Amino acid sequence: MESIARLLQFIPRYDALPGIVRALLPVLVSCVVIFAALAIAVLFAVWLERKVSAHIQDRLGPMYVGGWHGWAQTLADALKLLLKEDIVPASADRLLYKMAPFIVFLGAFAAFVVVPFGASSFVSDLNIGVLYIVAVGSLSVIGIIMAGWASNNKYSLYGGMRAAAQIISYEIPSTIAIMTVIIPVGSLSMVDIVNAQKGGIQHWFLFRNPFIFLAFIVYFIASLAEVNRTPFDIPEAESELVAGYHTEYSGMRFAFFFLAEYANMFLVASVATTLFLGGWTQIIPASIVPQLVPGPILFFLKVLVIIFLQMWLRWSLPRLRVDQLMYLSWKVLLPISLVLVLSVGWLAVYW
Amino acid sequence: MLNYFKNLGLGSVTVLKSMGVAWRHLFTRSVTLQYPTEKWTMPERSRARLFNKIEDCIGCGQCVRACPTNCITIKTEKRGKDEPEIFASDGTAIKLRTLTYDIDMALCCYCGLCTFSCPTHCLTMTGEYEYSVYDKDEHIYHFAEDKLATSKAPKEKVEIA
Repeated sequence: MESIARLLQFIPRYDALPGIVRALLPVLVSCVVIFAALAIAVLFAVWLERKVSAHIQDRLGPMYVGGWHGWAQTLADALKLLLKEDIVPASADRLLYKMAPFIVFLGAFAAFVVVPFGASSFVSDLNIGVLYIVAVGSLSVIGIIMAGWASNNKYSLYGGMRAAAQIISYEIPSTIAIMTVIIPVGSLSMVDIVNAQKGGIQHWFLFRNPFIFLAFIVYFIASLAEVNRTPFDIPEAESELVAGYHTEYSGMRFAFFFLAEYANMFLVASVATTLFLGGWTQIIPASIVPQLVPGPILFFLKVLVIIFLQMWLRWSLPRLRVDQLMYLSWKVLLPISLVLVLSVGWLAVYW
Repeated sequence: MLNYFKNLGLGSVTVLKSMGVAWRHLFTRSVTLQYPTEKWTMPERSRARLFNKIEDCIGCGQCVRACPTNCITIKTEKRGKDEPEIFASDGTAIKLRTLTYDIDMALCCYCGLCTFSCPTHCLTMTGEYEYSVYDKDEHIYHFAEDKLATSKAPKEKVEIA
């Protein structure tokens, strides 16, 4: 936000504006910037998902819209959804029903406030950044339960309940896995975490010690479950629950659920990038190769690698059963992450 | 306890295996054919739209009798004694004037029995398979209409409604 505030100084007679405008304008502008970037990234990710899934299944995927490999397909889909009727079921809880998609999206969107995209391109450097992401990121559960409940549809409610059970269960191992990074850094601030990994690939936490490498795998699995992706997509299991919590939604509200799902993917991928892959820092140390690629682009590339990993897993694994899901969370990931955090703590104290 | 770790190891290995399979397929050639721009080459003897080379038709009506769905309508009259003799391309004398030769392709079941029974081999099945229309009546192909007017149709001219 500081850099945006500095940019805004170039507006003629900016200092003459009322104090409240000067206080709120940078906030608004950074919101718009993040929203626009997120929307474009989501459109791209949806296209990529369709392409990756198609090629894994020996198909081609979208090929027509826009000319080159159907690049405008998601744009066309989004436009179509904008024009669709916004249907509210007769016996739905209208207020909750209408609010739910925005609350789901809010959880993903607000968390981007503390994600450092580059050396100075972040909205805010909260000193409790990671805690903030974990807290705000779980807001979406409330939205999902709201959507499931307000739709007044048994499949929606089932989806909402399953999502709640799943996301709350997997929050624990993912947060504990995050702690393995916080222990060596000694700070919850995302910027501090990135700065601790400066100087090339060997300084990334992923490769710094084997316990954190395992913690990355634990975090990755848990984050998959948190964003309701296959193999953990029982909340929207299409073979059982129609579409889960967003069964009744249509038009732009459905699009918002979709946007939130992919924004959440980007969120967990950027958290994983920041914590384990060194955020915006260079891959090769500056002493060997000059730092030519700008930080934000590098950050986006690293995020894309993780997103691709998520898609790859999605199209290679079948959906887990509910009991298998809970088994994985409570009996596998939780003990492993506890052992890992203890080992990292032991290393931090006695090494 | 040992079983727990065995399961864990097996799970990890199978996940990696399935990811390997997915990775291999990511780079295999897609089987999709981009239909309107690319098309299958039809087999040599594929059975699709019927075509009657009306100059060779002797109006015998064998095809009508062979057709299981009665999709061929044929109407003929005797040619006059004073008219010059004409022959089909295989030498068979054409004794009947074919006034109407209509095939309703909407009824056709593509069995090809009519083509086997045709004595002059003028009725054939072509490889043409893209002839969907908006009106069902447009599927009735008139092969003999302009033979009425000129008594001999210009070559290869078939009115396709």
